[in-house]
Amino acid sequence: MGNGHRSRHRGQGREGAPSHSSRSDSARTLVLPGEELPSRGLGPGPGTYRVNGRIYASVLGLLQTQPPSVRVAPLAGRYIPRARDTVIGIVTDVQGTFWLLDIGAPRWAPLHMTGTPWKIDFGETQQYLRVGDAVVVAVEQIENTGRIGVTMIGDGLGKLEGGTLVSVSPAKIPRIIGKGGSMIQMIQKSTGCTLVVGQNGRIWLDGPDDGIVEVRSAIRLIEEEGHRRGLTERVQAFLDHGSGAPRGPKGPPPTAPWAATAEAPEPDPAEGPESEYDFPEKDVN
Amino acid sequence: MSEEVTAEILTTHILELARSGRRLDGRRPEEYRPVSIEFGFVTSADGSALARIGETAVVSGIKLEPGKPFPDTPNAGVLTTNAELIPLSSPTFEPGPPHPRAIEVSRVVDRAVRASEAVDLKRLCIAPGEKCWTCFVDIHVIDHSGNLIDACMLAAVAALSRTTMPSRRFELGEDAPLALAHLPMETTFCRLGNTIVVDPTFEEEGAAQGRLTIATDEVGHVVAMQKGLVGAFAPGEVKELAEAAFRHGDKLREAVRGGTRP
Repeated sequence: MGNGHRSRHRGQGREGAPSHSSRSDSARTLVLPGEELPSRGLGPGPGTYRVNGRIYASVLGLLQTQPPSVRVAPLAGRYIPRARDTVIGIVTDVQGTFWLLDIGAPRWAPLHMTGTPWKIDFGETQQYLRVGDAVVVAVEQIENTGRIGVTMIGDGLGKLEGGTLVSVSPAKIPRIIGKGGSMIQMIQKSTGCTLVVGQNGRIWLDGPDDGIVEVRSAIRLIEEEGHRRGLTERVQAFLDHGSGAPRGPKGPPPTAPWAATAEAPEPDPAEGPESEYDFPEKDVN
Repeated sequence: MSEEVTAEILTTHILELARSGRRLDGRRPEEYRPVSIEFGFVTSADGSALARIGETAVVSGIKLEPGKPFPDTPNAGVLTTNAELIPLSSPTFEPGPPHPRAIEVSRVVDRAVRASEAVDLKRLCIAPGEKCWTCFVDIHVIDHSGNLIDACMLAAVAALSRTTMPSRRFELGEDAPLALAHLPMETTFCRLGNTIVVDPTFEEEGAAQGRLTIATDEVGHVVAMQKGLVGAFAPGEVKELAEAAFRHGDKLREAVRGGTRP
């Protein structure tokens, strides 16, 4: 299906060296795995790889030129951990000196007892965290072996008590946080709920029951329409409109992410053309 | 990573909501998710359908081939049901030999199709004791968002209802539709505390304290049942659920009857 959609992109030479627009050219460019990207002297960022000095996309996603690197923001996919990410993990196993956390990554992440604010003796791990407990941890490093090192020492990290969890595609997390955390602040303000957003696609929320229902619906809305323009306004309108009432599936059916790129976008003066695709890197905490 | 651990706080939240008759996705306890069926989804099969219940999606394909009848049923054809839980559909499914859950799904679907006598096996006989049709019902779960049994049954019956017996291919006369005698449907309920919900989602199944599946047909028979997970149902509850199963089953049957033959 790729070719049909690709050909509809706005005027880019597809032969020879690709001449993708960068962010400043106000175009959203969908790239396919294996597609050569315009490096312009930049290095390979997340979602790309370099062979013989050329940079290629490794995932299906949107091209972003963010000096010093070019990167591809995937449209979907499992969480790939990166150092300094804040994530929400679920304890899946308890050992003598560590817990194994499911952070939605391809592997489980061991949380060692020295990486917690508690003073624990060998064998006491069970008294602190049990299977099924949810914790906020930070990814420290990804070792060469693939082992994901996480820690629970730091601001905003620790065990989650009460509240509930919502899971979304990790690719949608930047939409949910919004530019400089604007979306998350708007949701918290409108619903009276507290949110903790993990980069791995898990969101913890607590607050009044009606608020939780509302946040859930808002998150679904962002998930389905995050790729379209004017998202902030639509979420605000959604939150202002009737609160608390149970809702079924609403709004237009989910559109394929490339639909927005394929058609001429409706003019939206209230918003800079690229603001929806400005991926804030670290807005949690 | 074969089993996904559900977060304790999520389970607690689901049970808390259930106490006041609410659910995570805003449904009422007795509310089924939207159902849709796409007939003739696999063109190379003799009958096929893609069934969706909410975000759960299941493809079923039917293949008919001449074979030998079993010695103890010389006048009947053979029906085999197989369900595959492919790793694509859920992070908890692994490649390899069938998972016990896949075996349960195929057995429960097979039981309901067989017990309802939806497929008249006598009509699948070609030459008694010598030759009969073997009917393969293959079910592939392509997206697991809860309530696999109902979705698999819906896909299987939808596919069977639009199946053509490929007689010409095997030089056994003219092609004819495989007429279904009945339209059995499964309805699954889960206990969440004192509330019983129909059509559980993936998260609700993780929090459930007992699961009951009731297969009904359009005549008014309960044709099969399956109890799963740890937890109990009182006799009175089972009677009420059977009543509800007919109501939901009739809606599912409507979905199968609707649509045109491809």
